[in-house]
Amino acid sequence: MSLKFWRAGDPFIWLTGSALALCLLMITGLVSIILYNGLGVFWPKDIELLRLHSGEVVMGRQVDRQTIPETDEKFRLQLKIGNRDAYGLDFRWVDEALITVREIPAGVVVFERLEWGDAYVFIKAIYEGDKRLAGEGEEGWQVLQPLLEASEERWQRMEELERGEIGELNYRMEEQRLEVRRLLLENAPAEERARAEEKNAELWREYEELSERLVRLRAENERTEVVVELAAGQERRIKVADIVRAYRPNDLSTPGKIAVYLSKGWEFLAGQPRESNTEGGVFPALFGTVMMVMLMSLAAVPFGILAALYLREYARQGFFVRLVRIAVNNLAGVPSIVFGMFGLGFFVYGVGGSIDRLFYSETLPTPTYGTGGILWASLTLALLTVPVVIVATEEALAAVPRELREGSLALGSTKFQMIWSVVLPSALPGILTGVILATARGAGEVAPLMITGVVKLAPDLPVDSYWPFFHLERKFMHLGFHIYDVGFQSPNVEAARPMVYTTALLLLLIVLMLNLTAIVVRNKLRRRYASSAF
Amino acid sequence: MSDAKLVEDMELETAVVAVDNPIVEVDNVNMFYGEAQALFDIAIGIPERQVTAFIGPSGCGKSTLLRSLNRLNDLVESARIEGQVRVGGEDIYTPEFDVIDLRRRVGMVFQKSNPFPKSIYENVAYGLRIAGENRRSVLDDAVERSLKAAALWDEVKDRLKGNALGLSGGQQQRLCIARTLAVEPEVVLMDEPCSALDPIATVRIEETISELKKDYTIVIVTHNLQQAARISDLTAFFYLGKLIEYSGTQQMFTKPGLKQTEDYVTGRFG
Repeated sequence: MSLKFWRAGDPFIWLTGSALALCLLMITGLVSIILYNGLGVFWPKDIELLRLHSGEVVMGRQVDRQTIPETDEKFRLQLKIGNRDAYGLDFRWVDEALITVREIPAGVVVFERLEWGDAYVFIKAIYEGDKRLAGEGEEGWQVLQPLLEASEERWQRMEELERGEIGELNYRMEEQRLEVRRLLLENAPAEERARAEEKNAELWREYEELSERLVRLRAENERTEVVVELAAGQERRIKVADIVRAYRPNDLSTPGKIAVYLSKGWEFLAGQPRESNTEGGVFPALFGTVMMVMLMSLAAVPFGILAALYLREYARQGFFVRLVRIAVNNLAGVPSIVFGMFGLGFFVYGVGGSIDRLFYSETLPTPTYGTGGILWASLTLALLTVPVVIVATEEALAAVPRELREGSLALGSTKFQMIWSVVLPSALPGILTGVILATARGAGEVAPLMITGVVKLAPDLPVDSYWPFFHLERKFMHLGFHIYDVGFQSPNVEAARPMVYTTALLLLLIVLMLNLTAIVVRNKLRRRYASSAF
Repeated sequence: MSDAKLVEDMELETAVVAVDNPIVEVDNVNMFYGEAQALFDIAIGIPERQVTAFIGPSGCGKSTLLRSLNRLNDLVESARIEGQVRVGGEDIYTPEFDVIDLRRRVGMVFQKSNPFPKSIYENVAYGLRIAGENRRSVLDDAVERSLKAAALWDEVKDRLKGNALGLSGGQQQRLCIARTLAVEPEVVLMDEPCSALDPIATVRIEETISELKKDYTIVIVTHNLQQAARISDLTAFFYLGKLIEYSGTQQMFTKPGLKQTEDYVTGRFG
């Protein structure tokens, strides 16, 4: 019986089955942890008020509940208490045994601020300058709403001023400064230089005017203040201008909470980062990631496919081609940081440096292309993904049945006609599979980017309204690097943890979406070319 | 290698009829794949507008000979040929000979049907398109004429834009025949065109071949002796890379000239 058991291969089937099960378990585990933690971040959980034996009062959101080490049934709670400006910390552990009362007080307001993180407080009064506008509780909340809107409006005007008019002026001033320097370098006649200087001075005057307007707006914004009371009764003042969002989680109904959730989610996707990236949005990183992946594909895919075509269809199969093939396969396995170093040495210092010396000599010693930028990062990643594209394309080409090729040739087609009208269409689904794999690998790669152009904060996107619109020399942000930076390099790691999960989720979604689009396209093609081996 | 040795040792007898005004002439052809010799001193003439069948056991060189008639063996890097093959009196193996033009004059239908991953219409029009013909009316006419000649028109005329891969095996093979006819070749080579088909589809292809004989010269390689007997006018029997006997089909299957041939056609070996 046991002989039959072994011969039938039952243990082997069990082995293969459990290997697959283990893989699935790990993947679903990973995805569900990220989903659970990432999706929950924006939910406005209730704020609890805890009274302790010692008489102390603590207010905050429960983040975690753990057994106290070396005891069995004793628990402690981790609370996010916010108000970093008052307590110096965002989080606090409270022993459950010490709690006498746990309640969910009405009227608690959450202020998300530009600085110092969240504040969990009760409104006491509202002042404009020295004038008292409203008192505590509901009255204060109602009076606060229009003030918040007005402040938001002023922020927008300031932002428009800064980004729009002042941004434009800065751009023109920089042009003018370079013009002056160029004239100096070229030894232009003195009067021409004087004219340029004169124009420069004019721009300066314009600039000062604008910045004065900005200062006035700012001062106007500083005037309204909210007097708040913390859990233990201390009073503090918060400027309305510093408040990004205000809501009362304990008084919200479920639809209200959903509204807050969506609004925070949207801010995350579309907003600029705040507080050294631990709050606010990730839009620049999202934009940078997508743009970099597109640039990378633009560079890697055509080159990879063309190279593979030559290697498989035209090159005489022999020792040398075998050598090239082995080299390409090995290249696909080289650690990505090595590519990063090559990119830094070759693209950034070599190519970029030469471009600077030839075309941007007036800005030197400040480098333009001779420093990391989205172009160099994309090209470095393209280098990293090209071998994968080549290998996959070659395999797809090799899988096109010989009968098809002969059928085409037997009708009097040239080799080029055969490749173009029969071989390539048949191999396309397979080629696309390779491109998907390569792109997905490139989208998640971080190490080579860190030395070729990714930075912690780059609010200026590589695409804007100034000529030539695409600024490929600019540094950029990337979701993968964002995760690393926020999770491990930020001054307040604990507060940044939710951000890490949501950013990871976003990166996963982007890769998933890229893959899904490509898979849909491939399946459409596959239906059309049903004979293909893929 | 062993095959070549065998032939040298055996000193086979041969009996080959001469054909008047052949359209394809093979003159003392020796063919090699690397070191191994696949064809030995083949000399055969193929008459115009007749069906000539090549028979013989597997590996006897009949497909190799067929593929050397439109130079499809060029694709095999190690292949080398000696002697002359003339189509319409021209030596096709001279360096200046246009192989693209040759393949238009000598079409080929393969063992496994190989429609392109395109529509039925585009499959048939492919040969004309790659030759630079893009006028709609010309293509339409050619498609209809070829599909009719291959007896496929009535089955597909309503779905010319449909995918060719949606056709049945027999229809696909007839589509490949139509595709070959569209460029109006002088000679059609068929490499076991029915070996992957069921008996009913086979009958239809055979009927088509008999019809085509009026306009085209057909050379067919087959493993099926009954098929050769049914459709061909002349039959050539190959064995171990040599042409053993070549004569009228009637004669070949009733009173073959050689013992070797008789053994094969009566099923005593092969």
